[in-house]
Amino acid sequence: MLTILFDGIAYGMLLFVLACGLAVTLGLMNFVNLAHGAFAMAGGYVTAVLMNRYGVPFLLTLPLAFTVPAVIGLVLERTLYKQLYARSHLDQVLFSIGLVFMAVAAVDYTMGSQQQMIQIPTWLQGRVEILGIQVGLYRSFIIAVCGVLVVVLQYILTQTRFGSRLRAAVDDPRVARGLGINVSVIFAATFAVGSGLAGLGGALGAEILGLDPTFPLKFMIYFLIVVTVGGTTSITGPFLASLILGIADVAGKYYVPSLGAFVIYTLMIVVLVLRPQGLFARAR
Amino acid sequence: MLRRTLLSAVGAAAAMLALSGAAMAQDTLKIGLILPMTGPFASTGRQIEAAAKLYMQQKGDTVAGKKIQLIVKDDTGTADVTKRLAQELIVNDKIAVMAGFGLTPLALASAPLATQAKVPEVVMAAATSTITEASPFIVRTSFTLPQATVPMADWAAQNGIKKVATLVSDYGPGIDAEKAFAAAFTAKGGQVENLRVPLANPDFSPFLQKVADAKPDALFVFVPSGIGAQFMKQFVERGLDKSGIKLIGPGDVTDDDLLNNMGDVALGAITTQHYSAAHDSPENKAFVEAFKKANNGMRPNFMAVGGYDGMHLIYEGLKKTNGEGGQALVDAMKGMSWTSPRGPVSIDPQTRDIVQNIYVRKVERKDGELYNVEFATIPNVKDPVKAAKSN
Repeated sequence: MLTILFDGIAYGMLLFVLACGLAVTLGLMNFVNLAHGAFAMAGGYVTAVLMNRYGVPFLLTLPLAFTVPAVIGLVLERTLYKQLYARSHLDQVLFSIGLVFMAVAAVDYTMGSQQQMIQIPTWLQGRVEILGIQVGLYRSFIIAVCGVLVVVLQYILTQTRFGSRLRAAVDDPRVARGLGINVSVIFAATFAVGSGLAGLGGALGAEILGLDPTFPLKFMIYFLIVVTVGGTTSITGPFLASLILGIADVAGKYYVPSLGAFVIYTLMIVVLVLRPQGLFARAR
Repeated sequence: MLRRTLLSAVGAAAAMLALSGAAMAQDTLKIGLILPMTGPFASTGRQIEAAAKLYMQQKGDTVAGKKIQLIVKDDTGTADVTKRLAQELIVNDKIAVMAGFGLTPLALASAPLATQAKVPEVVMAAATSTITEASPFIVRTSFTLPQATVPMADWAAQNGIKKVATLVSDYGPGIDAEKAFAAAFTAKGGQVENLRVPLANPDFSPFLQKVADAKPDALFVFVPSGIGAQFMKQFVERGLDKSGIKLIGPGDVTDDDLLNNMGDVALGAITTQHYSAAHDSPENKAFVEAFKKANNGMRPNFMAVGGYDGMHLIYEGLKKTNGEGGQALVDAMKGMSWTSPRGPVSIDPQTRDIVQNIYVRKVERKDGELYNVEFATIPNVKDPVKAAKSN
């Protein structure tokens, strides 16, 4: 029972690491970036290539799994995404889904379509028993990383000058510009961080979720569910939503396996009917 | 004068004969190889294409005085594309044989075309039992899932396994495997608990926890081979390998193409299948060596051997019919038997399905690499589903 709860939390945390970048770009910047999974995949492949070809230890690959997608994100933001901020959401959807297909084809071409496998260090493998609960070490690691991320992100958004500038830039770019805030730099930086977070999620998730060129398409639905259920105006919303969804999904599959796969969707529909703006967001 | 005319006439006739002979020698027979070369099932396509090309490289490209031309088409694993490609190959390229077919729906999509155009369809990968019933022109050189699964049930029952949990991906082949195993195993007095995992399932943890709580003697698993590695990792992460639960199943989970990358988590898994790259025979040693050499060290898997044997079947069939295709070729293929890298095989004349040995294997480390090492053989297994129907 408690093991199920633990697994659910770990799974939810993983969903959060994967989706929080999207919560940043979609939620804060109001840009429908369906290509989020492509950045996650980029992070996963950075880790896989560094580990398998160059023998870099797993933990050392993680900063790079953040940096490389962040740089890619920055370049794409400056060249492509920037043009679409003012456009309709439909244009943004079409543009970013196009990017996804290009990323899938590019990775398929360069890396091959087979599953990429990574070997996490031995001290992260296996499980220990704490107070009668079977605790997987790697899952605990994900929970720890995710916990740190939530605190840091929440702190940046609510307590720092950058955070308040970002919120101002999102709410009304014209007035923000008038106040001397360099909106375009803030957007670029935010987008880069969002992409980097996606990359980190991809790198952490490769062990549990697997990694192949269809990754962005396979997991797009999960990112979107998290952000939809959580609401898009904060980091805590998607965080709590990931936890609820993770636990519900794992528990559903354990207790009612025949319905298990539908629990997460049912939950999403219920939330959307009751609170269309998301569970933890004010209506705008 | 008359004599001279006669002579020249004979000469001309001889020249014409010689000419037409030369023209015949240059006749080409086209084989359309339809495979998923991109997309999630590209590994299948890659393996079969490599094997087919290797076969042609080894045996030459002339059969029965005709030149063989291989046309490889990529159907991306989508049935409507397969059907369109098959149609194009039959109508435009006038192929003598179509071959390949990575997945069941792909093989079924082109079955009506095979019947209408009387073009033999050699299935080299797809493994649902019913495929050969879809057209009298289908011949299969891969395997059927029940063919690999039922021997697993027999082996488990004979080796002190009483209670088994099955865990399969919730789609056609998975359900096939589950049913075939459960039926055979309960008939031997065993106990089975069935679990189905959604095909798009990122995390196996709830299902594995359920297995851990049920405490069976063995866990029977069938998931598509790409997901196999994820599954194995989580099986070990949960400590199930140490709890005495044996991991058993058909060989997809320990596919030779992926096995080496899985690492030690795969050690000890027991599977039944028709082919392992470690199969101990001179034919297989030569095959594996040539395959690796031609493909940059890539190890052949059960898909590759299906492709290799498929080409062999086509070549030998054409030799028998002297290059004639259609019904004659299918008839020639029926009942044919030969020694494949996987061991002795034959084509069942009634069902046009392959009859072959099924091996029980265990993943072991050999020369620094992971292999499915065979330790028991069940000889000449026919597809049990069709065998049950005909009785």
